[in-house]
Amino acid sequence: MSSMTSAPTEASVHRPHDERRLPWYHLIFTGLTGLLVAIAGLAIVDALSIASAIVVGFLLHLLFGWVYSLVREGPRWAMDRLVTLLVIGAFAVAMFPLLSLLWEVIRRGLTRVLAAKPSVLSFWTSDMSGIIGGADAGGVLHATVGTLLITLWASIISIPIGLFTAIFLVEYADQGWKKTLGTGVTFLVDVMTGIPSIVAGLFGLAVFITLMPDASVRMGIMGAVALSLLMIPTVVRNSEEMLRLVPMDLREASYALGVPKWLTIVKVVLRTAIAGLTTGITLAIARVIGETAPLLLTVGMVTSMNWNMFDGRMATLPTFINQQYRAGSANCMSDSVTNPITHEVYACSISTNIDRAWAAAFTLIVIVMVLNIVARLISHYFSPKLSR
Amino acid sequence: MSTTDIEQESAPTPPPSMSSSRRRIGDSVFSSLSVGSGLLIFLTLAAVAIFLTTESMPAVIASQEFSGTADFSLVKYALPLVFGTVLASGIALLIAIPISIGIALFISHFAPRRLASGLGYMIDLLAAVPSVVYGLWGGIWLVPKLEPLYFFLNTYFGWIPLFAGEPHAPMRNLASASVVLAVMVLPIITAVTREVFLQTPRLQEEAALALGATRWETIRTVVLPFGRGGIVAASMLGLGRALGETMAVLMILAPGATFSLRILEVGQHNSIAANIASKSAEASGVDMSLLVFTGLVLFVLTFIINAIARWIVARSGPKS
Repeated sequence: MSSMTSAPTEASVHRPHDERRLPWYHLIFTGLTGLLVAIAGLAIVDALSIASAIVVGFLLHLLFGWVYSLVREGPRWAMDRLVTLLVIGAFAVAMFPLLSLLWEVIRRGLTRVLAAKPSVLSFWTSDMSGIIGGADAGGVLHATVGTLLITLWASIISIPIGLFTAIFLVEYADQGWKKTLGTGVTFLVDVMTGIPSIVAGLFGLAVFITLMPDASVRMGIMGAVALSLLMIPTVVRNSEEMLRLVPMDLREASYALGVPKWLTIVKVVLRTAIAGLTTGITLAIARVIGETAPLLLTVGMVTSMNWNMFDGRMATLPTFINQQYRAGSANCMSDSVTNPITHEVYACSISTNIDRAWAAAFTLIVIVMVLNIVARLISHYFSPKLSR
Repeated sequence: MSTTDIEQESAPTPPPSMSSSRRRIGDSVFSSLSVGSGLLIFLTLAAVAIFLTTESMPAVIASQEFSGTADFSLVKYALPLVFGTVLASGIALLIAIPISIGIALFISHFAPRRLASGLGYMIDLLAAVPSVVYGLWGGIWLVPKLEPLYFFLNTYFGWIPLFAGEPHAPMRNLASASVVLAVMVLPIITAVTREVFLQTPRLQEEAALALGATRWETIRTVVLPFGRGGIVAASMLGLGRALGETMAVLMILAPGATFSLRILEVGQHNSIAANIASKSAEASGVDMSLLVFTGLVLFVLTFIINAIARWIVARSGPKS
């Protein structure tokens, strides 16, 4: 403070002692005041609850924090403080639904997975054949296999096309007609990014209905084609971005050594960008693995295992969740339900469909998380060590 | 491997195009694979456009507008759906954009450096939560929780057309669908905006701070102007996802077909995507064709929005 008083410039609008910054813990003081006033006020109008106290308390904190800072620090720092509070508030507002979603999925889903009726974890080792009414049994093995197979095939189709398109855009589309083509491709990839998933589903459905004149045809590969329509633009975008980050010096050094262009791309450009490419591709996979709408239209639903991508309907986790959710509460006429195929007897539970939906959602989220962790590990171990 | 060994011996060779025929074969194969993939993108999109158009022709030809005799009208069928889709997405974006910018700023400029990467990773992870799980969570957990808020808005702000009408439980209304859509697009908008904010030239920020600017003044004068194009692009990306999002709307909204602005009333709206998903299983013939027509409308809608977004980004880009 004293150092500021020694040389006040013409540009400084405020008096020097306005330029002081209070430590952060003054926020706690104003925050507690806001919360207490909110609780008192809400208790008077008889609307006190944890949610309302937090919301009103935060709004009051905005006001108190701003006024307090205005008095002690001056208008510029008061504005800064207000924005800090708003930004923290935005983060809290976003974290609340996101954490509650994860919590609900883990709480309800994990419970169902662990307490699966015939045996522990049988939710992951059995399918839905013969599970009728409110039978408190059944599992998602068939749907998990379906999801993994369809996503695998979608990746087999999309990754080469997407990667080569990105290579084309970065390495080849630099002059003449290729440059024109490159501009067009960039534009079309933008358009493809905007294709709604349901439209991709309609496309997959129609291609195969046209190829084999049977309006009721449903196969796993149809879903994979529909998903790859959504996956290709993501792969192209992410890969292109990563390839462009590779310094031109590296390519020029390689050319100077006489290495041909394709080897330069494989050994220098792709090698340098491998971490980013892996992350981008994994994000693309994670995006399509949870897609539901295209699969609703193209692969249908089935209650038992189907390993064949080219014949018959397939169950997938997302469509399974949707189906169980829409089935809603089950009817329990008696205490037990008999499996018409195996003649096993299960207890009847009204909430069995919803429970299975949560458990399947938990399974799907676990798969997505594993994918993300794998991507992290790969990018950690394979990225070039630039710092050495 | 053998080629690299040769390279090392003959280091000062002329540019690659003049070297041995073996390399030229490798080059031409690689080059044609790349160009072929680019062309394949053209073909795929052409196939999508051709298919959507041809498959929707039966409905267009049979409709009231063209034949003059049929009992169904394209406009009357599609327009309420378009209205519902745009309204739901618009409200979702109104909720999501300010919050997303806040989170992005928090992670990039306010959070302690050690926490920032963890928080960013969390948002990345949440961008990967499948839409059907958001739908499940919204339909079962969130809708009952929102009831008090809706009754509050309806009672005290009922004079605003949006909140007018007579809401009743369960609140499977457009507002609930929009809230879930907002939660869904939030991680995407945040992730893109955060990336842009982090790319702000470090020297400019430090210059602003050195001139005595507060953190907010630095953000207002350096970070936000630099990231303007990114914010618009991120919002449009979010809008694209919200417009085409099927599951959240399908699993939460009780469908209707009106032009009502009353987002709290149940059974008034529906979106194009949810309508297709719920009816495609039983539809065939002209009905299916009608659904494909609405799909085409959705496709064109998202295309126009993407085009506008690109235009804005291209216009605001060079200034930063």
